[in-house]
Amino acid sequence: MNLADLSSNLLYVAFVAYLIATFVFGGAVKGNKEGTFNSEKRWGKVAITITLIGFAANLGYFFTRWGATGHAPLSNMFEFTTAFGMTLVGGFIILYFLYKTAVLGMIVLPVALLIIAFASMFPSEVSPLIPALQTSWLAIHVSTVVIAEGILAISAAAGLIYLLKVVDPAKKSKQRFWLEAMMYSLVLVVGFVVVSSFFSLTGYEAEFTYVDKEDQEAAITYAMPPIFGMNEYVALTDGAMTPLVETPALVHAGKLTTVVWSVLVGTILYWLIRLIFRKRISALLKPFVKNVNLQLMDEIGYRAIIIGFPIFTLGALVFAMIWAQIAWSRFWGWDPKEVWALITWLFYAAYLHLRLGKGWQGEKSAWLAVIGFAIIMFNLVAVNLIIAGLHSYA
Amino acid sequence: MENLQCQCGHTNPPGTKLCESCGRSLTEKDQNSKLVDMRYEGTARRSQTYNKSIIDKIWNFFSSVKVGVSIIVVLLVAAAIGTILPQQAFVPASTEATIQAYYADTYGSIGRVYHALGFHDLYSSYWFIALVGMLAISLVIASLDRFVPLYKSLKNQRVLRHPSFMDKQRIYGSGPAAEDTLEKAETKLKELKYNVRTDKNGLLAEKGRFSRWGPYVNHIGLIIFLFGVMLRMIPGFYIDESLWLREGETRAIPEVPGYYLENKGFALENYTGEGGEEVFGEALDRVGTVAKNYQTDVVLYQNSEDALPGAADSQEVVAEYPIRVNQPLKFDGYAIYQMDFRLDELKAMTFALTNKETEESLGELTIDLINPVDNYELEGGSTVELLGYYPDFSGFENGEPQTATPLPNNPGFLVELTTPETPEGETSFITIQNTVEPLGENDFKLTFLSADTRDVSGLTVRKDSTLPILGLGGLIFMIGVAQGMYFNHRRFWIQQKADGTVLLAGHTNKNWFGLKKDLDRVVEYASLPAYTDQQDEIDKVEKAEKEGETLS
Ligand code: HEM
Repeated sequence: MNLADLSSNLLYVAFVAYLIATFVFGGAVKGNKEGTFNSEKRWGKVAITITLIGFAANLGYFFTRWGATGHAPLSNMFEFTTAFGMTLVGGFIILYFLYKTAVLGMIVLPVALLIIAFASMFPSEVSPLIPALQTSWLAIHVSTVVIAEGILAISAAAGLIYLLKVVDPAKKSKQRFWLEAMMYSLVLVVGFVVVSSFFSLTGYEAEFTYVDKEDQEAAITYAMPPIFGMNEYVALTDGAMTPLVETPALVHAGKLTTVVWSVLVGTILYWLIRLIFRKRISALLKPFVKNVNLQLMDEIGYRAIIIGFPIFTLGALVFAMIWAQIAWSRFWGWDPKEVWALITWLFYAAYLHLRLGKGWQGEKSAWLAVIGFAIIMFNLVAVNLIIAGLHSYA
Repeated sequence: MENLQCQCGHTNPPGTKLCESCGRSLTEKDQNSKLVDMRYEGTARRSQTYNKSIIDKIWNFFSSVKVGVSIIVVLLVAAAIGTILPQQAFVPASTEATIQAYYADTYGSIGRVYHALGFHDLYSSYWFIALVGMLAISLVIASLDRFVPLYKSLKNQRVLRHPSFMDKQRIYGSGPAAEDTLEKAETKLKELKYNVRTDKNGLLAEKGRFSRWGPYVNHIGLIIFLFGVMLRMIPGFYIDESLWLREGETRAIPEVPGYYLENKGFALENYTGEGGEEVFGEALDRVGTVAKNYQTDVVLYQNSEDALPGAADSQEVVAEYPIRVNQPLKFDGYAIYQMDFRLDELKAMTFALTNKETEESLGELTIDLINPVDNYELEGGSTVELLGYYPDFSGFENGEPQTATPLPNNPGFLVELTTPETPEGETSFITIQNTVEPLGENDFKLTFLSADTRDVSGLTVRKDSTLPILGLGGLIFMIGVAQGMYFNHRRFWIQQKADGTVLLAGHTNKNWFGLKKDLDRVVEYASLPAYTDQQDEIDKVEKAEKEGETLS
């Protein structure tokens, strides 16, 4: 087994460990009697041990891949997103040792699993570095950012738990709607993983040429049956599905197709869950949060941001500017990725200031924390894949 | 406004909420509330006290956190709008008109509106800059409004506080205790690294007060940073020039007096996927060519001190350096970056003067496409005169040849050919594709033989004297956030009454969990009375009330 194979096997180990730990955490929390934490105390230890083993394997993946590629594995969508899944677990481990709350693991680990699975849908082969990335600032800048985002995301998990506890599933409300919308969007990610894996396992490919928005001829390979066709497409693969709609040059029909497939499959999955359990997903999770101490969740959410904010500033602004100055001769260029890092930073700054006032702690903070996570994910996914600038990984 | 006299006899400045000396609540509202607002120690803040003159109003506006957060949120939203479509710096158009047309053509009506609203250059628009300016003003005023009274108050803290101050703290407990309780508490607190002061029957233990200055320090850092950004508008602080340098060429560096740069050679290297790069094979198969290195080998010259300016032989070599991405050439406060390149630009073209009929050559000439000479004498007595040179020929306008750019992309030559046979000369217009003979059929022509090419490096010359200021601002900001966020200001007040009853109160600016952990250890060691988190109590009552509402 060479280093690269070892690396991907270690990632599998981590994945499986997180999966097991999710269930043990869940069981630990569910086993608590109302108002007591006995089960959590006992099983929490087992669960965190499994998590730590998984995390060690995850770190093993990271450093063996570093060894195999010769550069910090933070240079493309697969590597960066996987690292984010890892630091999310890392952030959880830090806060678990501060506050010993099993319920946090029950929420964070499945999200980390989802993120790693999502990452694995992107090409994972070892890619060479373009000149701008050939510097140790790649490792310094990106690893700091990804650690900060992992920690900041914990506040969203704490916020989610807070909301699961306070939002009344029996009463129609905006809160209930948005909470369920969050659950739905997580299921959509599952949808993406499911369709991507299905079509990649069955080896689906359809090639087209098209005319891009600069009026140049270009080629594209679809990995899923093309629902949308590119501008003035010509099919090259026999027997491939004919696109239902042709889009104007401005729209990337290939990406749109992926999105629509994911939404389609995700929505079917979501309704299956609803049909089987006859409950909203947020209501399904409700029994798990019966013992949650709201004030503690609020504190954890706040603490995660307090720990994460300075690290984020250092990585996403300070180190980023130093590197940009060296590589591109200017420390700031209003590139979309930079701008979204600034937006994320301003958002958390706004959060910190809002919390100075009364009435913003508790539920409102929880919503804000979740929105913060949404911004981080937007920067990771949408900005990389859609608003591509200098930082584009896709 | 009048000073406020407390029951304890202390005179407080107008606007004070908690007596500076004993901590009693001075307003009726505070007297009736269950918990006291400790954020600024109940001090008198200018913004909370005066609201008469226009200056008061402006001061109060900018010192409000609500206003500050609103500015931050507006900036955030504006920044996001600027990423919906690419900014003008990223689109392949350079003049006002072509930029406008680009947005309209590429993005349709959305693009047209986006451009019309000025969003294509959002980050340098006046309103965006004005917003950043308001942020800066707000930072300064809000910080001053709070820092000054907070500093005074924390500096002049009394150990003994009135019981009504103690029981309005979030962490509070009271009850009988042993005689040596206070001493034991003091020992334990000192062990936990608290500064302990005692006065008569009370003690004040404090830790991490400096963390309270964190926000002010980080705001100062931000202000310094923004100041640095502003400085770059002043000429001289900031230079940003581009320099296209052909292989073999030496040029004066723009805006850098006395320095010259020679391009010894440009190299573009791609990954091969072979040898040590085999690991990349799969990725290269998928994405195609990937660049590995862009490099310009340069020599930097400087005019020697005593030489006449511009005299070529008086230049001294200062440095030889391979400029690569991430490895700019630095000298004397300037830096030169590898930013761009053009491969295989035409350098010179070689022609033969031939007789059309016999195809016999009367000699060859090479025209330098950057600095062409006008006259070419061939061996057999023929001459070629260059009447006109059009480096980037783009067609005729009113019969005149035109050039689109000064770059030799598509050279056109208007020549007069004189041979012993045709002493009166023949005129001919030559481009790469064809030859036009504007004054009638000629006997001779220039036949294209070969062309030399070379690469051109696109370099950026940069000086940024504001960097140290920006760095300082960033450093101070980082120190400030770390100071304010990784440390907490924790305090305990303990006093023992004559009857042995101990009162105990605690406060922290953040991390109540940590505060309680400290307190638990002290309570256990010194057998202090049990304490409660009064916020919990309030939450419970509120929750019960809410549930009561829904039930009834
Ligand atoms: C992007 C701009 C800003 C950043 C990054 C920033 C950063 C911070 C940070 C990190 C804190 C500490 C928060 C905490 O410890 O919980 C803070 C506190 C504070 N900021 Fe800002 N700030 C910004 C703009 C402003 C503005 C415009 C105002 C104007 C109202 C303001 C007013 C305050 C106040 C009043 C505090 C609390 C001070 C204290 O607790 O003693 N900030 N700021």
